[in-house]
Amino acid sequence: MPDLLTIRDLHAWYGESHVLHGVTLSVPEGQVVTLLGRNGAGKTSTLRAIMGAGITRKGSVQLGDSELSSLAPHRIPRLGVAWCPEERGIFASLSVAENLALPPVLLAGGMSTEEVLDLFPRLREKAGGQGTKLSGGEQQMLAIGRILRTGARLLLLDEPTEGLAPVIVQQIGQIISVLRERGFTILLVEQNFKFASRLADRHYVVEHGQVVDCVERADLAAGRGRLETYLGV
Amino acid sequence: MTEIFGVPMPVLLGQILIGLINGSFYAVLSLGLALIFGLLNIINFAHGALYMLGAFVAYWLLNLLGIPYWGALLLAPLAVGVFGVLLERVLLKPIAGLDHLYGLLLTFGLALILEGVLRDGYGSTGMPYAIPDGLKGGFNLGFMFMPTYRAWVIVASLAVCLGTWLLVEKTPLGARLRAATENPTLVRAFGINVPLMITLTFGFGAALAAFAGVLAAPIYAVNPTMGANLIIVVFAVVVIGGMGSILGAITTGFMLGLIEGLTKVYYPEGSAMVVFVIMAIVLLVKPAGLFGKAS
Repeated sequence: MPDLLTIRDLHAWYGESHVLHGVTLSVPEGQVVTLLGRNGAGKTSTLRAIMGAGITRKGSVQLGDSELSSLAPHRIPRLGVAWCPEERGIFASLSVAENLALPPVLLAGGMSTEEVLDLFPRLREKAGGQGTKLSGGEQQMLAIGRILRTGARLLLLDEPTEGLAPVIVQQIGQIISVLRERGFTILLVEQNFKFASRLADRHYVVEHGQVVDCVERADLAAGRGRLETYLGV
Repeated sequence: MTEIFGVPMPVLLGQILIGLINGSFYAVLSLGLALIFGLLNIINFAHGALYMLGAFVAYWLLNLLGIPYWGALLLAPLAVGVFGVLLERVLLKPIAGLDHLYGLLLTFGLALILEGVLRDGYGSTGMPYAIPDGLKGGFNLGFMFMPTYRAWVIVASLAVCLGTWLLVEKTPLGARLRAATENPTLVRAFGINVPLMITLTFGFGAALAAFAGVLAAPIYAVNPTMGANLIIVVFAVVVIGGMGSILGAITTGFMLGLIEGLTKVYYPEGSAMVVFVIMAIVLLVKPAGLFGKAS
């Protein structure tokens, strides 16, 4: 599979604070790739740097043939990448339906609202309610569901399982498998290695703002011990 | 004659009407301020000057180009809206993200400049602007005489407020606006051009102020200081209603106009300060304002 996303020597700053020190990684088309690492390692910052969301960046971020790092933030999604942030970003002043409809459809080939609701039936029942009145798991589903409509082929999912009950974590895992089968390419930030290891084709380990290791699914048996040491589990 | 607490009915109704008229201006102006504050996080002290500019544009349109009231009602907000767009792009954008104080000082300075320039050219006594032909005279409601133009001001303001509220609360465009008010970074990451939205919102707020200015021209005369006199009360209205709340701005605007009118009847000495007394009480009891959400 050719690489859909290629990041080379990516540096990033929040104001004066230098948080990424030359991240290099690639995500093959149609695969699920995880970024593993401890809190503050630079996983979330890597996703934010891809989107240009509230962060200054330098280096190369290539999506297919397009270079993203020099684009204005609102132009980046138009090339087919969508981001589901760690804090989920459900809008309190919008209803569930409005939250779902908010991200505009930018490219052909995205899922229809009906298809999204079929994937997340609980959102259909609560469409009229306030977005932030949903449970944590439902909010996460809404946050993922709304970016599936946009036509993006690459999804950046930031810790979709954080703070959720095990049964919901399992559901999210199933959803990610379904999305992979549908041909989405997924870059997944995770701290839950057990969860990530079941889904991913490739694991990157991020430490101190750099990628320090890479383990393919095929090498997982041999690499597991190494990954667990990095994560301190 | 019917009296209510010792006040003859026609006097009472007359003051309620004046209160409603003032309330109309408070509502339209504080609505624009609330929109701008919500999205730009700027306390726009130039809002009164934009209102005044709206009245002046109407005056110029009539006296220089011969364009009457109805044309001005459309063209003046458009012109001031474009002026607002330029202001945002040239002056406000560079200071976006800085402390509130910068925006406040900048817009305050801007208001002083606009007023100063026009006072230099036109003095401060004010110029009359005739009530348009179709709205002259009045009609008898049975219990009081209703000047047609004043009825029109109330109806037009209510319509503009209602229209804006519907736009913000019930349309997909409004949903984007509300979302961008909450989390502009994420909305931009969805591919929505938030900087453009911010510019247009400021332009729209400026156009609302100018609309109020045109409505006011036949009532208060066109005067460089007309905005400065009004804006202080409007800020009190915004604080009472709750910063950034659309519905709060509208209802509080009309409500305080009415309360002011009633105070003129029952305790005329207090009418100039009743709004500020209410503001002080609201700030003590509910600091986020009547419709504001505590942050």
